[in-house]
Amino acid sequence: MHNIEKEIFDLKSSLLKMFLLVEKQWKKGANAILNYDQDIAEEISSSENRINAQELKIDSDCENIIALHAPVAVDLRFILSTYKINHALEHIADIAESIAQYVANNNVPYDQKILQETRLTEMFDIFNIMMDCLIEAFENEDPKFARKVFKKDKLINKINTDAYQIIIDNLDKYDKNMLLYLLSTIRKIERAGDSLKKIGEEIIYHLEVKVIKHT
Amino acid sequence: MKYKLEAKNIDVFYGKLKALNNINIGITENAVTALIGPSGCGKSTFLRLFNRMNDYIDSFKLNGDILIDDKNIYEKDVFVDELRKNVGMVFQKPNPFPKSIFENVAYGLKIQGIKDKEFINTRVKDALKQAALWEEVKDDLNKSALALSGGQQQRVCIARALAVEPSIILMDEPTSALDPIATAKVEKLIHTLKEKYTIIIVTHNMQQAARISDYTAFFYMGDLIEFDKTNTIFTNPKMERTENYITGRFG
Repeated sequence: MHNIEKEIFDLKSSLLKMFLLVEKQWKKGANAILNYDQDIAEEISSSENRINAQELKIDSDCENIIALHAPVAVDLRFILSTYKINHALEHIADIAESIAQYVANNNVPYDQKILQETRLTEMFDIFNIMMDCLIEAFENEDPKFARKVFKKDKLINKINTDAYQIIIDNLDKYDKNMLLYLLSTIRKIERAGDSLKKIGEEIIYHLEVKVIKHT
Repeated sequence: MKYKLEAKNIDVFYGKLKALNNINIGITENAVTALIGPSGCGKSTFLRLFNRMNDYIDSFKLNGDILIDDKNIYEKDVFVDELRKNVGMVFQKPNPFPKSIFENVAYGLKIQGIKDKEFINTRVKDALKQAALWEEVKDDLNKSALALSGGQQQRVCIARALAVEPSIILMDEPTSALDPIATAKVEKLIHTLKEKYTIIIVTHNMQQAARISDYTAFFYMGDLIEFDKTNTIFTNPKMERTENYITGRFG
């Protein structure tokens, strides 16, 4: 029989690995889009399998701990939040793969000028900062870093809202297919930002017993 | 708030050893209150204050008040026999007398001097029904209680306690000697009984406390560390020592 402390420690290590895999996947996605790198875009699809396998492993570990150790209090909150964070991370990895698909399947690179105007690079930068804050919060059990993502998510939302008009204003200037993919990419990053926000809420729930979602 | 039972400024000594230290607690009527804590923490000593079971220990000394329905049960005008009619007790190991099932359940009534057979029959039947045992033994009431399974024996003991119509039932690890099926039956019974009785249960099984109790008190080395709704204790305990104990990180 394994000690619950050891099980929780191992589960934390597994989720941290998931964080790092998804972070790496996301950085590859950004690199593929911003630098129109089709090789990296292809690579993302193959690393998706690893992330899916890690997601299933964490699911299974959570189920086993609940069934075998009947966790309560802080342990139960950790398992519940880990279960939800795991799924949110997998969703984010799916989005990274999805946005890189444009680069893998199309021969028209995103125009640098429109990328700049829509602030896509800034969006990726904010996303990376959010991810770093969450990893710091999770690894060191420090809720103040988790709280930092809420403001950043609002910035991402603003860039997403503004992008719609920018794309309309530029419809006649660029390849329409490229513009629509770009708008779709921005929307997807906004959704990934929402998932990061949810992860922040789960970390705070685990550490401070505060339910802040839907507030 | 009015409580069924109250402990006020309770200190208990066994000779020079202080077993309980300034305990203050109010027990709600028609609810199950679980007492948890490591061995030697004082939870059984505390439980036994409510039917004065500790009185038999020579070196026992009590400071403070134990109130049942606002009456201090350690006052001189309290008759212990009368008190125990009102406060039934179920022990760790089933302890039926070497008598028939009927005689076991009727025992408390008979020692009270009740002779009305019809009255006794009705009480025995009601008590066995309340103990969820009637259907299993109704055709074998003259069979020896010792021939029953462990779980059935424990329910006979519960029926024996219920037959004298107490308002409070104390349970000292009532399922620790039972298998999971018998344990589940006794737990279901406890859940039903709280509609009519106020129940205090000592248990070492954390999950049992979480499953069956409405309130949980955590004792450690004679101190009451935390007392709250069971839901709060097992999801968000306020004290670190409580959390360490219920999550198994103690010591």
